[in-house]
Amino acid sequence: MSVTRETVAKIASLARIRMGEDELDRMVPELNAILGWVEQLGEVDCTGVEPMTAVIPQKLRLRDDVVDADPLTGGGVRDAVLANAPAAEHGFFGVPKVIE
Amino acid sequence: MSDLTELGVKAIRDGVAAGDFTAREVAEAFNAAVAAAAKLNAFIVATPEKALEAAEKVDADRAAGKPLGEMAGVPIGMKDLFATKGVQTTAASHILEGFVPQYESTVSQKLWDAGAGMLGKLNLDQFAMGSSNETSYFGNVISPWRRNDGGNAALAPGGSSGGSSAAVAARLCPAATGTDTGGSIRQPAAFTGISGIKPTYGRCSRWGIVAFASSLDQAGPMARSVEDCAIMLEAMAGFDPKDSTSLDMPVPEWAASLNPDLRGKKVGIPREYRMEGTDEEILKSWDQGIAWLRDAGAEVVDVSLPHTKYALPAYYIVAPAEASSNLARYDGVRYGLRELPEGANLQEMYAATRAAGFGDEVKRRILIGTYVLSAGFYDAYYTQAQKVRALIARDFEQAWGQCDLLLAPTTPTAAFALGDKLDDPLSMYLNDVFSVPASLAGLPAMSVPAGLNSEGLPLGLQVIGKAFDEQGVLDAALAIEQRAGFAAKPEKWW
Repeated sequence: MSVTRETVAKIASLARIRMGEDELDRMVPELNAILGWVEQLGEVDCTGVEPMTAVIPQKLRLRDDVVDADPLTGGGVRDAVLANAPAAEHGFFGVPKVIE
Repeated sequence: MSDLTELGVKAIRDGVAAGDFTAREVAEAFNAAVAAAAKLNAFIVATPEKALEAAEKVDADRAAGKPLGEMAGVPIGMKDLFATKGVQTTAASHILEGFVPQYESTVSQKLWDAGAGMLGKLNLDQFAMGSSNETSYFGNVISPWRRNDGGNAALAPGGSSGGSSAAVAARLCPAATGTDTGGSIRQPAAFTGISGIKPTYGRCSRWGIVAFASSLDQAGPMARSVEDCAIMLEAMAGFDPKDSTSLDMPVPEWAASLNPDLRGKKVGIPREYRMEGTDEEILKSWDQGIAWLRDAGAEVVDVSLPHTKYALPAYYIVAPAEASSNLARYDGVRYGLRELPEGANLQEMYAATRAAGFGDEVKRRILIGTYVLSAGFYDAYYTQAQKVRALIARDFEQAWGQCDLLLAPTTPTAAFALGDKLDDPLSMYLNDVFSVPASLAGLPAMSVPAGLNSEGLPLGLQVIGKAFDEQGVLDAALAIEQRAGFAAKPEKWW
């Protein structure tokens, strides 16, 4: 299976990466080389094989349902959360206007 | 006083504890080495004040008769993939340039708690995606090693932990943290003549490590001896409730239990690893390694891992798929870069920010990942890759019926020159052919130096063990280390 320029443009748009014409032209053969190479996985007989979901079998834990069980990952740290925001205003993340 | 920068983790820790020198003297010596090695570009940011601060605390604790930690007085390099509170953490990307974490990663915190200090944040391939450290936004790391042909070609330190490998090999730090997704600890260790271990998946907490492919990412130590790796891994490992895949198991005393006597152990030699295109000298060093393990008392058996050739293509579906999901968080809203073209709406801001903030290799992998996860292609690519991954893990399970450990080369060639593979992503990916299978199966694996090739460059051997058997891996690596007697070091030119 190979991808066309239109497909790559579509994927880039889904991945929210702006790409110019030159960049798309460059990406198409590169992606096709990689996809052509991974295609060999199709030869492997996987009848009856379950796809791997966990590399080391483990039970997923649930933490205790306690507020601020871990103060680092709990609440009340607004300023720390906003500290690296490119545009923090009035205690919120600032973004371009989304409604007209 | 002898040159302190020649000392490893154990020698520094024991020397500080015995009062042979102070932790401050050690930190000063390494700070000076880091400052004098700008040409290697191994560090993105140096933090001499952090190293001194930690050292002074160790010296004060010692003077007060307080107990000292397992890494007390040892200054280390921290791969710039670990969040360090108050110190810029970039994953070698533009999109995280200037990002200053408000918290500390679990692994780095454990190291500081054990008495280590930070010399700086080490360069790497951008988001740990690369095998040559050429995808960093902050420039290439240059290996301290040179070929013996007098040509002075700049060589790759390996990747993605290329700053770590270069810094440890060049004696800028006695040890450094690395992370390994498909070989990012082992391959750079092999290229630079040092040791490095990727533990069992889940041994080291991923909390606070910038995520690449979460089902594969594991942290581990890189140092100049097996024992130093064992000491540092003990300090890094341990259960962390903040990581849902953290192993809830006690951390064994790997260092104290080291034993290079391999009598009673069976070492498998996977026949599928004898691949076309592997360098003759690598094959020779593998044979030498087999002889060394026999000499250490191990019985050597031939084993088969039939799906080996499918490991890399499976990896290059699974890892980009996870990366495309993990890297969706870089949106120009919560942290990092924001590109807001005049009049752009929110969607356009996302796309402009990510276009400006990610390098080519990162974009390539995000696109591949987005494609293989997209409707209509998910089963053909992603599900099939996860099935093949299950078969690769099963291959190892079956091998453990015949042996306790596996021995293989770490890489198919010695270090290549910077620029050699940059225009051909596939040939770059092939570098990880021997390291990726153990990653896909979550197994502990270690690279240890075996010797120099005819060009004067280091070659590494890889020991792969059963899940949770880091001890077996470290023991076999120690047996190799003792017999290889690797003492070569890069001649200082920087």
